[in-house]
Amino acid sequence: MAIASITERLEILADAAKYDASCASSGTAKRHSRDGKGIGSTQGMGICHAYAPDGRCISLLKVLLTNHCIFDCHYCVNRKSSNVRRARFTPKEVVDLTLSFYRRNYIEGLFLSSGIVKSSSHTMEQMIEVARSLREDHGFRGYIHLKTIPEADPALIEQAGLWADRVSINVELPTDAGLARLAPDKDSQQIEGAIGRIGDAIVEAKDARTRFRHAPRFAPAGQSTQMIVGADDANDSQIIGRANRLYDRYRLRRVYYSAFSPIPDASAVLPLKRPPLMREHRLYQSDWLIRFYGFSVTEVQQAADEGGMLPLDIDPKLAWALRHREDFPVDVNRGSREMLLRVPGLGTRAVDAILRARRHQRLRLDDLGRLTRSVTKLRPFVTTADWRPTLLIDRLDLRHRLAPPRQMELFG
Amino acid sequence: MNRPLARAADVYSLLLDRPDDFEGWREQARAMAAACVPPERVTWSLAAEGERDLFAQSSDEGMALPPARRAVRANAAFLRLAGSVILHRDPARFALLYRLLWRLQDDRQLMDKTSDPDLHRLGLMAGQVRRDIHKMRAFVRFRVAVEADGRDRYVAWFEPDHHIVRANADFFLNRFASQRWSILTPELCLHWDGGELLEAGGADPKDAPREDATEDLWQRYYASIFNPARLKVAMMVKEMPRRYWKNLPEARLIPDLIAGAQAREVAMVAQGSDPFSRAPPATLAEIAEGIVACRACPIGCNGTRAVAGEGPDDARLMIVGEQPGDSEEREGRPFVGPAGAVLDHHLNDVGIDRSRARVTNAVKHFKFEPRGKRRLHQSPTAGEIDHCRWWLDAERRLVRPNLVLALGASAGRALLGRTPSIAKERGTLTTLPDGSHLLLTAHPSYLLRLDGEARAKEEQRFRDDLAQLAPLVAGRF
Repeated sequence: MAIASITERLEILADAAKYDASCASSGTAKRHSRDGKGIGSTQGMGICHAYAPDGRCISLLKVLLTNHCIFDCHYCVNRKSSNVRRARFTPKEVVDLTLSFYRRNYIEGLFLSSGIVKSSSHTMEQMIEVARSLREDHGFRGYIHLKTIPEADPALIEQAGLWADRVSINVELPTDAGLARLAPDKDSQQIEGAIGRIGDAIVEAKDARTRFRHAPRFAPAGQSTQMIVGADDANDSQIIGRANRLYDRYRLRRVYYSAFSPIPDASAVLPLKRPPLMREHRLYQSDWLIRFYGFSVTEVQQAADEGGMLPLDIDPKLAWALRHREDFPVDVNRGSREMLLRVPGLGTRAVDAILRARRHQRLRLDDLGRLTRSVTKLRPFVTTADWRPTLLIDRLDLRHRLAPPRQMELFG
Repeated sequence: MNRPLARAADVYSLLLDRPDDFEGWREQARAMAAACVPPERVTWSLAAEGERDLFAQSSDEGMALPPARRAVRANAAFLRLAGSVILHRDPARFALLYRLLWRLQDDRQLMDKTSDPDLHRLGLMAGQVRRDIHKMRAFVRFRVAVEADGRDRYVAWFEPDHHIVRANADFFLNRFASQRWSILTPELCLHWDGGELLEAGGADPKDAPREDATEDLWQRYYASIFNPARLKVAMMVKEMPRRYWKNLPEARLIPDLIAGAQAREVAMVAQGSDPFSRAPPATLAEIAEGIVACRACPIGCNGTRAVAGEGPDDARLMIVGEQPGDSEEREGRPFVGPAGAVLDHHLNDVGIDRSRARVTNAVKHFKFEPRGKRRLHQSPTAGEIDHCRWWLDAERRLVRPNLVLALGASAGRALLGRTPSIAKERGTLTTLPDGSHLLLTAHPSYLLRLDGEARAKEEQRFRDDLAQLAPLVAGRF
């Protein structure tokens, strides 16, 4: 068979990579190439160089090294039994592609993943070679994210962390039973074992750097993972619980959720319909509540209904507030930071601005209007020097008044 | 305290060299505030603009700045804010900042009063500037031009909203110091040749290269990484506003991608989704009818006769083969051809009564390749087996066998959901999720393909596997 052109292969291998949600390029060590050696820089903040019509940020060149795979995971478009077109890149081709995109300022760096050819360790070696060549042969100082393969030799996974800014291993499914059913070749213990080893290596490297200034960095942007939502029957409550255990146990930077989407040549074991995209969004919001708003897991789970699902028409913070009306309204001029953070419509920055401003004056409703995006959503939940929501908080139709008008979901 | 000046009628018209001249503003603002000149008696303009209040004294005509009457204070928060706001395109920015500086002299806490209208307005302006700086870093697109000495120069055309180009130079130096680059904008151009950063006046879009071969590759990447199953155009436009599109090569594709998305998703679903969206059949007769009409995979569409399972509807043993063969398809019954004869022979040998077992196949239609007058058997693909599994699952739910004998890897896949290795996994009894027991062995047609000693050896192994089953079957009948 003739080898397809680089363009055709890029199409195949980028297409196959799009089911990974993460494209973050943030949170790594600061680097630059001001000295004229090598190329590239990173800062604390990532940059999204483009946005696709699916609303996702394009920050990195996200490709697979190959979409040949010896595994047969039902949810994956690249599984052995799928009839998709196959292609592969050599490590050098990926390196050249990355550099030519980077030099034109299309991308922040590379996100490399791969199907598994020959063996897990062989595949991992090839991926590491790409990262090594970029760093050593070309002095590349941009961002590198390597999706590591949990079944590979632990020594190789450790090597990946030395070249990459971020490493990630997908836990794939929120429940072990789901993994056993949909990914028969994978093993949740092995996955979590590998995540745990990377977590330990990150902590050790950080510790070493506090004592030795030139100790090598290990995945300075930490590790992340991804869960597919809606491919098995796990509910939101279970998913939030699992994510939180992962955060706690392995100090992950991020848990990404990917709403299961129909894939070409899908396996018959999968559900018929994709979950609403809004479900993925609500899970991210609940993730935020736990990480930045001081909510506990059980509190977020209280926002879910009896079936453990978060409401789709309103955000989880509003859902929680509607179930805890006795805690509202909160006095903007006296309420604690913790309580202000629980007011629907107040973000962390607005809360900080309120705390600063109220040291000097009693805040009125129009002050609040300048400190936040909109007071309409806030009004039932706060009191200010000139505002008190007498009856609003007790109104039964409050949910209806605050929920946005329902729209037909596109292509249901 | 701000005290009125002695000469109350004076208006000071102050000049700045460049739109982003922070140092010039800072110096003059400090002098004005030190002399207690109130904001309403100060006007600001750019030297190049030539506009000036005719009756005002101006700073470039050797105007004597009024003597300082107090020390001026500004905290770090103010300087940070001013450094950003000065880059804003709003001509009122200099006066607004001076008014804030003026008020700051009387109110030390002003910078903390985040709800103050002046501070709020300047905060918004600083935010717009920060966003523009960020968007420039994101949306500058270089095209390669070859210079006289044969080396590449990376040239970009960009149109910022605010006066941010100079402030952003460091970012591009930190990133691209090892390549020659130029950023052309309507107001100011930056050129880097590896040694020194040169500034030049505004340029025209025509000064930048018209194309770059790599853009085609980038566009293909952009189109491929987009998932048509999740269209969120509003989100994209919010982060990548339309005014930037004309200078982004990939943005040319957006209208077509959006228009094609729905069609692509429908195609993806049609190609990939489970066609079995109705309720599973409730009787074995329904299965027999259903498989005749099933067109869920290419085998179902090849015009052959579907072959249903046969045997008692409460059989304790279910025997699962791969698919009907040539004879089976003609007769419409499973395992009646040569392989069926081999199976019957060995079942007899170990004392299993075939008529009391349910005999069926993983795939219900015959997949073949025409070769002259003959129809040559072809193995079903994993995807086809997975599709047809829906029928087998239904049959198992209805018959509820205690024991399942899977013949060959295809049958194994239909029961396990993965393709097992017959060599490694044959002959051991395992438990399926529904509690029934599975024994895996070779397919009898495999025996037919062997000769002599090899065949005798394999037949013995086959018989041994079946022999394991015999007491279990007998015990329960």
